[in-house]
Amino acid sequence: MELLLALVAGVLYATGLYLMLRRRLTQLIVGLSLLASGSNVLIFTAAGLTRGKPPLIAAGTPGPFADPVPQSLILTAIVIGFGVLAFSLVLAHRVHRTAATDDIDAIGSEQT
Amino acid sequence: MILLALPIVIPLATAIVLSLLGQRPAVSRAVAFAGAVAIFGAAVAVLARVEAHGIQVLQIGSWPAPFGITLVADVFSAMLVLMVGIIGMVVTGHSFSGVDPRREKFGYHSLLHILLMGVSGAFLTGDIFNLYVWFEVMLIASFVLMALYRTGTQLRAAFTYVTLNLLASALLLTAIGLLYGQAGTLNFADLAQVWPQRQTPALDEAIAMLFVIAFGIKAGLFPLFFWLPASYHAPPAAIGALFAGLLTKVGVYALIRVFTLLFRNAAGGMYSVILVLSVTTMVVGMTAAVGQRDFRRVLSFNLVGHIGFTTVGLALSTPFAVAASIFYMLHHMVVITSLFLVSGLFLRLRRTTDLAALGGLYRTHPATAVLTMIPIFSLAGVPPLSGFIAKLAIIEASLEIDYYWLAAVVLAVSLLTLLSMARLWSDAFWKPAPPGATDARLGPAMLASIAVLAAVTLGLTFAAEPVFSLCSRAAEQLLHPDEYVRAVLGGG
Repeated sequence: MELLLALVAGVLYATGLYLMLRRRLTQLIVGLSLLASGSNVLIFTAAGLTRGKPPLIAAGTPGPFADPVPQSLILTAIVIGFGVLAFSLVLAHRVHRTAATDDIDAIGSEQT
Repeated sequence: MILLALPIVIPLATAIVLSLLGQRPAVSRAVAFAGAVAIFGAAVAVLARVEAHGIQVLQIGSWPAPFGITLVADVFSAMLVLMVGIIGMVVTGHSFSGVDPRREKFGYHSLLHILLMGVSGAFLTGDIFNLYVWFEVMLIASFVLMALYRTGTQLRAAFTYVTLNLLASALLLTAIGLLYGQAGTLNFADLAQVWPQRQTPALDEAIAMLFVIAFGIKAGLFPLFFWLPASYHAPPAAIGALFAGLLTKVGVYALIRVFTLLFRNAAGGMYSVILVLSVTTMVVGMTAAVGQRDFRRVLSFNLVGHIGFTTVGLALSTPFAVAASIFYMLHHMVVITSLFLVSGLFLRLRRTTDLAALGGLYRTHPATAVLTMIPIFSLAGVPPLSGFIAKLAIIEASLEIDYYWLAAVVLAVSLLTLLSMARLWSDAFWKPAPPGATDARLGPAMLASIAVLAAVTLGLTFAAEPVFSLCSRAAEQLLHPDEYVRAVLGGG
């Protein structure tokens, strides 16, 4: 399971970075959100996987339990990522409306 | 101690009140300024308390560390929060006459306070994931401030800024995830204890380098600084000043905090990397600054070049070098903020910051010209101003451990700074005004804000001895984290 998730994280990072290197605004934004998902999967995997156990247990209950910290970290990161993604979409929309192009290199190139 | 929450709660409350007030410019300005003054007051109280009673800790909700959210103020944090107060106050004051009314209507002041909250939070937090969250708070506020009412080129600058910072955040999150996987804790004090005693240390270099890259992008270290001159010259002067004075320094702060707590006993390799990056940043930044022909671009490259001075102390890691770097940080925050505010004067007077279109201001505005001399010559390192003391301390620190080449590089780079500042001064003030130049009137708030920062610079100059001894204490606390760990976790 760890190996599979590690591979998923790796693929997400790779695709995210690849898309960020493209010249189109939309691909840049998709790349950024893939990168964020990649780091979420990485936190989850790096912190150790526990299958089928609850993170919150009554006092005195024996046995293994899932680590609640990475779950709350990821939850926070997802919320932040969502807000940032919404903002970058609005910004991209504004850029697109002013510059009438989706090509990053063409934006504002009339005066450098 | 509840006092520690104030530098975060005050700007939050101010931002909320400001957004409830809606479009009443006069009231908004008064509230925004009062909020900034209150932050300053709280910061003074925190610093006084830390100075008298050692490191202060607040466990939010009384959850004991390392389980709850911890706020910690050591001398280093407290001094930086004080700078947040000063810069927040001055920038708010400056924007009374320096920001166009459209922006003000659109919640400029409340965004500015949210930014201040993010910066204070980043300086005060005692938990590395919390540091990430404060970074995001600060970034979102800065994104919106940067993108408000932009056009063409400026939107492109905003987009570069947003993308690079989001990339840095993703890398920071990755580093934090790997760190948690290794250590099982995120509290700084707990990390400092657990980290060196892990059963199977692994990935140290990878995690350290991820931190260097993530914080390096935010701080503007070579080779990660290219976004900075491309975007800092675009927003209005007050916003540029706030970003230049505070945001890059948060990156430097985070770098110093994480490396002194986590990697202090690490193999020399990582510190050599930081040393090389710092020196290259100085040389490349200042060489580029000399070639620029626009006031704000000159400043942006100066900002980059001088970030190298603030990280070189971390690389040397002797108490004196770290103290010198902290003093440099304080000096540079004040000076670069005031110079960006000066660029606001030029924008108001001549509607441009292109050096070719400036000039003749010494004749028409002698008082302003004399006032501007203080930050310009302090940045250049002309004795006896604070920049001279800061540079002297860095050179002494490198001589102390026989890094003669480093002292030579610092001297050479200082010469470049002097050259770039002297040209700035003569182009903007001495040379005759270009034909057809017309001067607008200057608001008193703009001049007053620059005067206040000039006074702070002079204060740093004349009170260099007590300030430097505070910096030395901050360096002691950073390099010997036992006190920090005891204060947060309690007991032995």
